Amino acid sequence: MTSSHDARACFEAIRSQFPILREQVYGRDLVFLDSAASAQKPDCVIDAMSHTMRSQYANIHRGLHWMSERTTEAYESVRTRCAAFLNAPDRREIVFTRNSTEAINLVAHSYGALLRPGQAILISELEHHSNLVPWQMLRDRAGLELRIAPIDGNGDIDPEAYEALLADGRVGLVAITHMSNVLGTLTPAKDLARLAHRYGAKILFDGSQSAVHRRIDVQDLDADFFVCTGHKLYGPTGIGLLWARASLLEAMPPFLGGGEMIRSVSFEHASWADIPHKFEAGTPPIVEVVGLGAALAFMESLGATAIAEHEAELVSYARHHLGGEDGVSLIGAPREQGGVLSFLVEGAHPHDLAVLLDRQGIAIRAGQHCAEPLLRRLGLTATARASFGVYTTTGDIDALVAGVRRARRMLV
Amino acid sequence: MSGASSVGSAQGAPWVAPVDASAREAIDAIGEELAMFDDWMDRYEYIIELGRNLPSFPPAWQDEAHRVPGCQSQVWLEAREENGVLFFAGASDATIVSGLVALLLRVYSGRTAQEIEETPPGFLHDLGLVKALSTNRGNGVEAMAQAIRARARS
Repeated sequence: MTSSHDARACFEAIRSQFPILREQVYGRDLVFLDSAASAQKPDCVIDAMSHTMRSQYANIHRGLHWMSERTTEAYESVRTRCAAFLNAPDRREIVFTRNSTEAINLVAHSYGALLRPGQAILISELEHHSNLVPWQMLRDRAGLELRIAPIDGNGDIDPEAYEALLADGRVGLVAITHMSNVLGTLTPAKDLARLAHRYGAKILFDGSQSAVHRRIDVQDLDADFFVCTGHKLYGPTGIGLLWARASLLEAMPPFLGGGEMIRSVSFEHASWADIPHKFEAGTPPIVEVVGLGAALAFMESLGATAIAEHEAELVSYARHHLGGEDGVSLIGAPREQGGVLSFLVEGAHPHDLAVLLDRQGIAIRAGQHCAEPLLRRLGLTATARASFGVYTTTGDIDALVAGVRRARRMLV
Repeated sequence: MSGASSVGSAQGAPWVAPVDASAREAIDAIGEELAMFDDWMDRYEYIIELGRNLPSFPPAWQDEAHRVPGCQSQVWLEAREENGVLFFAGASDATIVSGLVALLLRVYSGRTAQEIEETPPGFLHDLGLVKALSTNRGNGVEAMAQAIRARARS
């Protein structure tokens, strides 16, 4: 009991590290329940980026001067930290990208180049557009088939249907979410990987949401690719991560061409740098990488287990209190759920709800959440979505419940 | 303006009848009514009420052909002309947007094409109605005003 009390006090104290949470909107304290779209930033991230630009900045990997060397060290030390964050066996397996979307596009382009017509890509009905559209583009470009693993009524992937789609051995790559941005479903990643490998497929996890909420261990998952994005991890925008097995990265052709990614260049020919630099063409987002490093240090200081416990408590509290409100229905009831909760208020359009909550200082998201096919599968045109971060408190959820009650009185 | 004539003359017509003498007077009246409220939650109550009092919009018109593009929620619009005066019918699947449709049609319905042309949608900003929806959806309200004006020109 004491430990959970201490943990709660610890998470309450975290709020003071997020300056934006002291802001008011429409004269009210901000209640921020849209972290799944993008999380707020702690002082340590803001300070690290500011410090870099003020006192330790130059281009990296090429300058033969003190500033460049120090900046290169800072940049490369974040790669090491990212490898530890994902428990990757080799720091060369971390490729910096702009965001998860770019990381998935990189795999679609470069691993896609190794697939042959007649092979298939398998995704699921839960996917965000970013883990759907690149595969449609690859399908059309490379003559592949795109298969969709169905979900059940609770929002969980149907394991038998998933295996059936793998069974003919033609699936070259499974690309599947590790956590749904609409339903909060945490997918059974180890089982999915085991089955994918049994039928000869590689597996990519879209960890855009999951990396925020649970400990990621790519070796334990037995994943082949894992992507996530900095701005949801309390870091800056413009920086994402691709992790892939070194043997895959070595076999894959480059994605973008340019400086930094080459070993030598003549007018006729270029040869590629070693991994991961082969995939990092041009000047990278140096300041953002440093910011991401600070964000991961911040998350490590809290501990993945404590973060997961805090958010499990919030989800359970919200399911009970919001789900218990008259006229409110929760969308999905997955076996395991991260800090994302979609809901509907009978007789009220989610957009109306969002507008009336906004005016009460409460930020939620309403709409299709970049997952239009999933919404259609659920028979919906829009949902309201509340999502939680390390700074979210049960008080925020109480405010949401009161706000929804007031909006419902006005709309229904 | 297809299909308008068969519905327009029936009892419970969907067209919004003007209550103010001109578009300008309608804008001024809306401004005065909104100013009576101290806070936006009360203004929303008023806007929601206006939406509820819109003439009912035929379900047959709630289709792609009547849909105003650029709105996040669904908005449908139809128009008909009578002796040089344009009448509009409109609806949305969202309640607050329905209220904004009602405000727009109070300004634009039952006016000549020239009067509509001479009433640019800048009043939506001046009355705070673009901000009444978040910016993303405010664009939708402006799209609606543009659609009305486009029909007046065609």
